[in-house]
Amino acid sequence: MSTFNILVVDDEPGIRSGTKRILQNFKVDYPFMDEQIDFEVDEAESAEAALEMINHKVPDIILLDNKLPGMQGVELLEIIRKNNIDTLVVMITSYASLELAVKATRDGAFDFIPKPFTPQELRSSLENITKQLFLKRMTQKLNTEGKQIRFQFLSVLSHELKAPLNAIEGYIRIIRDKQLGDKVETYQDMLDRSLERIKGMRTLIMDLLDLTRIESGKGVKEYKKVCLNEIAQTAIDTMRPYAIQKDLNLYLNSSEKCCLQADLNEMQIIINNLISNAVKYNKEGGRVDCTIKSDKGIITIIVADTGIGIPAEDHEIIFQDFVRVKSPETRNISGSGLGLSIVRQLVGLYHGTIDLKSTPGEGSIFTVTFPKNL
Amino acid sequence: MTKKTILIVDDDPDYLFQLKLKVQQFGFEVITADSQQEAERMLDFVKPDLAILDLMMETEDSGFILSFKIKRKYPDLPVIIATGVTAETGINFSSNSEGDKNWIKADLFLDKGIRTDQLHKEINKLLKI
Ligand SMILES: Nc1ncnc2c1ncn2[C@@H]1O[C@H](COP(=O)(O)OP(=O)(O)OP(=O)(O)O)[C@@H](O)[C@H]1O
Ligand SMILES: [Mg+2]
Repeated sequence: MSTFNILVVDDEPGIRSGTKRILQNFKVDYPFMDEQIDFEVDEAESAEAALEMINHKVPDIILLDNKLPGMQGVELLEIIRKNNIDTLVVMITSYASLELAVKATRDGAFDFIPKPFTPQELRSSLENITKQLFLKRMTQKLNTEGKQIRFQFLSVLSHELKAPLNAIEGYIRIIRDKQLGDKVETYQDMLDRSLERIKGMRTLIMDLLDLTRIESGKGVKEYKKVCLNEIAQTAIDTMRPYAIQKDLNLYLNSSEKCCLQADLNEMQIIINNLISNAVKYNKEGGRVDCTIKSDKGIITIIVADTGIGIPAEDHEIIFQDFVRVKSPETRNISGSGLGLSIVRQLVGLYHGTIDLKSTPGEGSIFTVTFPKNL
Repeated sequence: MTKKTILIVDDDPDYLFQLKLKVQQFGFEVITADSQQEAERMLDFVKPDLAILDLMMETEDSGFILSFKIKRKYPDLPVIIATGVTAETGINFSSNSEGDKNWIKADLFLDKGIRTDQLHKEINKLLKI
């Protein structure tokens, strides 16, 4: 049996004592957990009092009212977040405003319990929260033990795999049941869309394979002298058929051979991804310029396009797993959102840097540098 | 009797198409939007009888925000939020409790994998047919 410590912060004594009573004999168990969890409840009647208690001992879960006499709940939430205090905050609020809810969630609140709540509502909320917290602790523990379990990653991944599967399954059912009549031509678009979604899944799987190889740090890596000009030329040749469809011109500018000690495959992944993005996110009749140069011990790869560009607020996040810019321009372009995350990891392996400059509507410039190691 | 109109908002073009087809086969008029933004513009000049919203569109809570705005404009318009996210993302909306409805303002949460006849039933219930 282990015990989670809960701190209820509310100026209404009724809520505090009610919570205490409701959770007194409440226990949570979960197939994964070897043990049951029960709760110990402390109370504070203001955010100030709560802060004092937190400084003393960090509770596992805080049930936080927003409307408090002095400092407000969201302000306390902000302090907790700024100081990286390891606790899970759940807002209790009768001010059932969505804006507040959304803001508080952005600021790190984990969940909401609307007030007034029934004992059953409080218990089922806490059951969920406890499971989450348990899983989070477990992942943290495994991570520190060196076992890389990427819980978040896996959950997003399953979502990314499910969406195309559902789409394809839906189309197959429509076609099987001949829902739109007997003419084969009627179903042409659905077949094309299914193939498109399958293509998307395939890229995702390819990207995943790249990622696993990078992360396991082994596989068939072979360090030797590789010349980036040649890799870029091959990448451009591979993309040319796609570029022609969009009436794009692709150029490679490099006056000298730029080589380094590296794994050929990894360098290909970096350059292919950048060039493929520059083509994918380009506009009809646009161009892609790939420049490779070497100067004072630094090798630089620049991939510049005249495409749709990337809004400033997305410059950081597109390097994260699965993040894609959602806009009318990107809607019909398929991708898994893993490409740049892979590129960034690989660049890091070679002690390089990656930088992005972009103007929406005009184009983007990705610049990668590597210290020369030959 | 005139056909009831249902607004469907989803950023996955395939899901949007398939759901539209289903709902049309139930005998409703369907209008669609593929983003929160487009839906908001549409709602300025049409009032559907029911709305089905995807949760994650431009941002991961677009569906909530849209639902909130719809309810502010047309408090009596029933809203369904359809989610593909369930247990595995840690976001759990299984409880369709009164309390949740209060702050989220949607009338019903449905899993996107819901069976067709079930969906039909839920829509009819909300439309009181
Ligand atoms: N050259 C570019 N111009 C405009 N947007 C870009 C460009 N490169 C990347 N992006 C944006 O950044 C997002 C992330 O790119 P990333 O390469 O990681 O994924 P992807 O292209 O969507 O999928 P894939 O894993 O198949 O490469 C893209 O979805 C796109 O919105
Ligand atoms: Mg890409």
